[in-house]
Amino acid sequence: MASLDDLKKRISSVKSTQKITKAMKMVAAAKLRRAQESAERGRPYSEKMNNIILNLSSGVSDKENAPKLLSGTGDDKVHLCVVLTADRGLCGGFNSNIIKKAKSYFQKISDSGKTLKIITVGSKGYDQLKRLYQDKIIENISFKESKNANYFDAYKVGKIIIEKFENNEFDVCTIFYNQFKNVITQIPQEQQIIPLKTDEKDNKSSEENYEFEPDEDEILGNLLPKNISTQIFKAMLENSASEQGSRMSAMDNATRNAGEMVDKLTIEYNRSRQAAITKELIEIISGAESL
Amino acid sequence: MSEGFNIDIVNPEKSFLSKENVSEVVVPAYEGEMGILKDHIPIISFLKPGIIKVISGSEEHNFYVEDGIVEFKDNTLSILTSSIFDIKNMNKKQVSDEIQEAEKELNKDDLNDQKRFLLNHKVEILKSISIN
Repeated sequence: MASLDDLKKRISSVKSTQKITKAMKMVAAAKLRRAQESAERGRPYSEKMNNIILNLSSGVSDKENAPKLLSGTGDDKVHLCVVLTADRGLCGGFNSNIIKKAKSYFQKISDSGKTLKIITVGSKGYDQLKRLYQDKIIENISFKESKNANYFDAYKVGKIIIEKFENNEFDVCTIFYNQFKNVITQIPQEQQIIPLKTDEKDNKSSEENYEFEPDEDEILGNLLPKNISTQIFKAMLENSASEQGSRMSAMDNATRNAGEMVDKLTIEYNRSRQAAITKELIEIISGAESL
Repeated sequence: MSEGFNIDIVNPEKSFLSKENVSEVVVPAYEGEMGILKDHIPIISFLKPGIIKVISGSEEHNFYVEDGIVEFKDNTLSILTSSIFDIKNMNKKQVSDEIQEAEKELNKDDLNDQKRFLLNHKVEILKSISIN
């Protein structure tokens, strides 16, 4: 059995760990509220953008000459996957869930004999993927310096993707991120952004006859690159809310576990203290008796 | 029936302005300024740098935008933009910073005509703001 001193040391170390996890939980909770708010405020923009694009793309009469960002290159040999993860760990299964989703997709791609290219956004994703997919990762972007997800960062990622698309480096682009549902649930998502996938059932407003100024093609050409940045920005917002939520529940669990451990250790400590006292007493009494 | 229509201005971070019963909005559309009144036919266009004027009754509100998309449908005007400022909240320094930035951009060699035109236009608009 561990000595009294050892037990004492363990109790105090678990207690200080508990303090840290508690503090992290508080910080995550405060950040979560902010991240959640900005995720909700960002939704109207991406929704409106989506609507306009839907309206526009359903009006495109000449599918052959439609912008490539909309209709694709006509091939699907090279797949680009953009994996969005956090820059920090200690947030439960947040990062590994995205990676798991992405890996199963990667498997599917390589099984069907297509070429795979990966861009990682966020250092944790890079750390987890570099061992298996080192040669496939073509770019690793990290926004460690910027505190909150901002549009400018998303714009930068979007620009890289579009540049690569224009250089014919890939045919299909998919992004991976966690969608924030609530504090306990985050759903890893895969979303194809190039060529744009339109949900058929959302296509009800297509009868509208719009007037375009300038013409449709030019508007689409201008809008589609913006949409890519917008979708990435949306993913980043969802991600940051999910990250904080996931960290909060992870730290909450950790705090609770630490509490349980402290209780157990305290009982053990008291027991062995009492045992020691009893032992001493017995020694004294039996010593006195033998006199 | 109300006299006006609704306007929603959103940027990626938040909903910037949402107002009902607006009587007229003037937007700097790509091919010139465009005034929008109630029951305009559905239209989609994009913006160049300029001033959005929102008029409701006797009130007038001005915003400076750099780019964006406007959509008008069912008496709702949606403006999506990544950079918009309320002119009332802009100070001289901010305006002159923007002008400097744009002028620096103008001095680059690899500009195409369209970009050059837009930047020139932006400088012009910004200069007209600082006079006010």
